[in-house]
Amino acid sequence: MSEPKNILLAEDNPLDIEMTLNALQTNHLVNEVVVVRNGAEALDYLYARGAYAHRVAGDPALVLLDIKMPKVDGLEVLHCMKNDAKLRSIPVVMLTSSREESDLLQSYKLGTNAYVVKPVDFSSFIEAVTQLSIFWTVHNELPPRVAREAE
Amino acid sequence: MFPQAPPIRRKLMVMLLVTCGAVVMVTCLSYFIYEFWTFRRTTVSQLDLLGEVIANNSTAALAFDSADDAQQILAALAADRHIVAGGLYTAQGALFARYPAALAEGMIPAAPDTDGRHFVGGGLAIFQPVMRNGKRLGTLYLRSDLGAMYERLKLFAGTGALVVLASLALAFFVSRALQRQISEPILALAETARAVSDRHDYSVRAVRQSADEIGQLTDAFNHMLGRIQQLNQELEQRVLERTAELRAANQELEAFSYSVSHDLRAPLRHIGGFAVMLEQHAGRSLDDKGRRYVAVIQDSATRMGQLIDDLLTFSRLGRSEMRREPVKLNELVEEIRQSLQAEINGRHITWRVAALPHVSGDAALLRQVFANLLANAVKYTRQRAEARIELGADGRDAGETVIFVRDNGAGFDMKYADKLFGVFQRLHHSDEFEGTGVGLATVRRIVQRHGGRVWAEAKLQEGATFFVALPSATARASSAPSKNS
Repeated sequence: MSEPKNILLAEDNPLDIEMTLNALQTNHLVNEVVVVRNGAEALDYLYARGAYAHRVAGDPALVLLDIKMPKVDGLEVLHCMKNDAKLRSIPVVMLTSSREESDLLQSYKLGTNAYVVKPVDFSSFIEAVTQLSIFWTVHNELPPRVAREAE
Repeated sequence: MFPQAPPIRRKLMVMLLVTCGAVVMVTCLSYFIYEFWTFRRTTVSQLDLLGEVIANNSTAALAFDSADDAQQILAALAADRHIVAGGLYTAQGALFARYPAALAEGMIPAAPDTDGRHFVGGGLAIFQPVMRNGKRLGTLYLRSDLGAMYERLKLFAGTGALVVLASLALAFFVSRALQRQISEPILALAETARAVSDRHDYSVRAVRQSADEIGQLTDAFNHMLGRIQQLNQELEQRVLERTAELRAANQELEAFSYSVSHDLRAPLRHIGGFAVMLEQHAGRSLDDKGRRYVAVIQDSATRMGQLIDDLLTFSRLGRSEMRREPVKLNELVEEIRQSLQAEINGRHITWRVAALPHVSGDAALLRQVFANLLANAVKYTRQRAEARIELGADGRDAGETVIFVRDNGAGFDMKYADKLFGVFQRLHHSDEFEGTGVGLATVRRIVQRHGGRVWAEAKLQEGATFFVALPSATARASSAPSKNS
């Protein structure tokens, strides 16, 4: 529990980013939020490569993924993460506008930990983001780091 | 090849045998009759001739009154075994000599009858005048038993019977061979027709075995089969094309609704979200008017979001797969009533739920139907101190099950009944009764997908009754009525 509990937010829409950050700040969640604008950047961050080659080591405590993003979409990022033994245990929440059944099914098939439809209603939105963050970063216990790296 | 005796073969055989038998019989019979008459005439003329000869020979014996001579002459009759009796009478009519000599008294007439032929008791008799130089000396009597004729006729009948039998036997074997030419192509045709109707295989063809009418029939049959096969293929092809077109249209619609669901909701979320953020950021510096504007922006965004969601749900109704399973309506209604508790809270509603039939349909879709109808009933009775909501099944006739939901709420003017089930059609202002106008459109679409229909009857300020009719081939009665209040 001594590691920095940062959150990776992959979201292409600047307004959604602003709203999400606002929601997290409103509830005084002190985690560092790393914002990436598409799936490719998200993967770069996770693998500490490209622009993120020199970032502080360590996996994020939670990944919030938008589905519809340019270049590499959220489902592809999810697919990569859940097929990589080192990244598999990081909790992933699909945070998306889509209520489409196909997106939902596909996300769970790929192994997402949660799927949240961004509510149009902002107070619900704040609530959802806050709940998610608290659950995955505060209450949820991850497997011990040593064990994860040994996989 | 054929398990049962094919009737057409038997019919042909019987036909041929009867015809052949009749022809042979008629032929034999006419020969028989002809023979009978010919032989009879021959017998008669022979007897006449014999009578003349004997009469001529007897003149002397009669003239000289010599009974012995007469006896001797008559004895010559023995040469013909069919002459059973003979006699000579004097001119005065007294019996002078007889043949055979030992003939009993009763076997020969005591006195001559009129000259000429007489048929008596199965035999032929003649009285022949014995004349000399124009003077009548007496009368000769001869009787034949016609035995020769009967013997010959018997022989002839026997031969005739044999001929008939032989002809029939011959006809049987010949026709058996010949009728194949007719029956076999027909049977082959029938077999092909049966294959077509049993297996719905339009690719089989009957083999043309002759150039006659049956051959033409076979050709016409094959031609028809070919046409049916072609039409079938065209139809299948057309169905495939239409299905592909439909699928493409459906995919477009899918893409459209996906984009609506993603792209339209995003700016809406921002309008609502930033209005809240504005309120948080500058709420204190805004006056009441300013705060109201922000609140209106938020409410409108929320309402727009609700509309989009309802519309998406509605458009998905037409596309989603439908499962058919038995649905217990009473259980369904009970569950919906539980979920409506929040809205009912604090109100007094009298529920009257009759025994509803089990129907077959998609449980999730039917739940939407009744959830909408019950929510409406609850909503539109809001202004009643004593709300009454009633569910029941109407008389089941004309092949459908009718279920009704009746309330004593606001009702509506029947003038607008046709607008009730249209998308976004509302008969009440949203400040009076909230709603998006998708609920009843949803109800109608689901019921129509089940092959049923919906309609409503109402009176303004007195209440409304909504009817759902489902095809009752899939419905059956249940028991256990429930009554709650």
